[in-house]
Amino acid sequence: MAEKVMVKGTEAIGEAAIRAGCRLYFGYPITPQSELTEYMSRRMPQVDGVFLQAESEVAAVNMLYGAASTGHRVMTSTSSPGYSLMQEGVSYIAGAELPVVFVNVVRGGPGLGDIQPAQSDYFQATKGGGHGDYRLVVYGPESLQEAVELTAKAFDVADKYRNPALILADGMLGQMMEPVEFPEFRDLSTLPDHSSWAMQGAKGREPHKITSFDINEYVLEQMNLRYQEKYKKIIENEQMWEEYKTDDADIIIVAYGTMGRIAKTIVNMAREKGVKAGLFRPITLWPYPYEALAKLADQAKLFFTVEMSMGQMVEDVKLAVNGKKTVEFYGRTGGVVPTPNEVLAKLMELI
Amino acid sequence: MKHHAFIAAGFGGQGVMLFGKILSLAAMYENLYTTWLPSYGPEMRGGTANCTVVLSEEYIASPVVDQPTEVIAFNIPSMYKFEKLLPENGILLLNSSVIDRDPERTDIQVFKIPANDIADELGNVKVQNMVMLGAYLKATGAVSFDSVKKALEKSLKGKKAELLDINLKAIEAGMNALVK
Repeated sequence: MAEKVMVKGTEAIGEAAIRAGCRLYFGYPITPQSELTEYMSRRMPQVDGVFLQAESEVAAVNMLYGAASTGHRVMTSTSSPGYSLMQEGVSYIAGAELPVVFVNVVRGGPGLGDIQPAQSDYFQATKGGGHGDYRLVVYGPESLQEAVELTAKAFDVADKYRNPALILADGMLGQMMEPVEFPEFRDLSTLPDHSSWAMQGAKGREPHKITSFDINEYVLEQMNLRYQEKYKKIIENEQMWEEYKTDDADIIIVAYGTMGRIAKTIVNMAREKGVKAGLFRPITLWPYPYEALAKLADQAKLFFTVEMSMGQMVEDVKLAVNGKKTVEFYGRTGGVVPTPNEVLAKLMELI
Repeated sequence: MKHHAFIAAGFGGQGVMLFGKILSLAAMYENLYTTWLPSYGPEMRGGTANCTVVLSEEYIASPVVDQPTEVIAFNIPSMYKFEKLLPENGILLLNSSVIDRDPERTDIQVFKIPANDIADELGNVKVQNMVMLGAYLKATGAVSFDSVKKALEKSLKGKKAELLDINLKAIEAGMNALVK
């Protein structure tokens, strides 16, 4: 087993990306994830990679578009307002079916908001953000170790489906430290072969075309149907979630990311008071684990969604529960992280 | 079961973040679970700063803590802000070189350490945070001196390595300064 090291969340994600074989990073600093950009500026030259600080997030996302067209592993990281600026490019990259890993370390919004942790970019991450019928595979890690593992997974899944993936973290995960174990460095010669579609020189073969554009509406519809086929496969194969003490639970707390982790403490505190609580924690936010959550609707009396937002994922919880049971919500926003006691008090009011 | 959750708070520049990091790193060397959560809001840019550290034998669900087991206050506003969160009989460590007042709570254990004066005697007032760290070790036994030493060796590299000796002396002085 690898040695444990103490790292910040932002650095954990950066190192995990490098170990997963990412050698191209384009970005623009923004709090609370500037340390990730800084980390890459230091580390990329050490591994013969490229670090490029763009003049803006708009430039960075288009650099990603170009670089991903060559079939290499590429990433960027940003925080809420910066990710908003990237949305045009995200839509183009999804349309052009390019494997890119995005990291959004979410801060309070809307607008300039603040620099504290939030989960109020859930809609943007999972329901679009840019224009068109497209999806990103979205991961919501709860701890630094999970962030390390999901970063590697995001690259693999992005490559497998030729689709962008997004690590949806928050300012708390980005700034906190805890011990992690990193995997070994990926042997670059074992990375997936993208020569069938990538721009790697067309000498002696038909040129490849990478685009999200077709002026013929029927052709564009066919392209869209192909995306949908791919999304269907992702929905079938890539759902991830964790259930914590749900076996005998009649109160199901639903929370993801940092809030999901805090919710484990709330489950334990509720159980000390004799309330049979359990936690359902989606790890992929798209594809959302609707069926797994729906299964709990038979045993549960109540679903209680907790978010660092005014209520976004709660809509997916309601879709999953489909009216079978009541779905309650509690959230703080603008960068306020709910404390365990505060959420517990709300839960006790509800039951 | 070993479980400590402390908040260390003071002015920016008093080494509050490092105080937490060193203890968190030492906990890692003892194979404990640990989290270090900084406040990194606007207060870091000039005002008060704090970090929440959890050291535990069990997986740490919430790194956010409602009720710390200990509070280490490096200035007056931090003492008033965080003493309220302590449980009955909880531990409050004060840098009494800076804090010339008493806490409002009377149902907690209070230890006053003249950390700046002790550090000054050692020849570098900056190590007052390590004096406080020594006092914390003595008060709680959360981690061993050896693990802290290892953590300091890991953290003070390059040019800073020459500061190791005075930091260790400060920790020892802090341990001696706290009388239970």
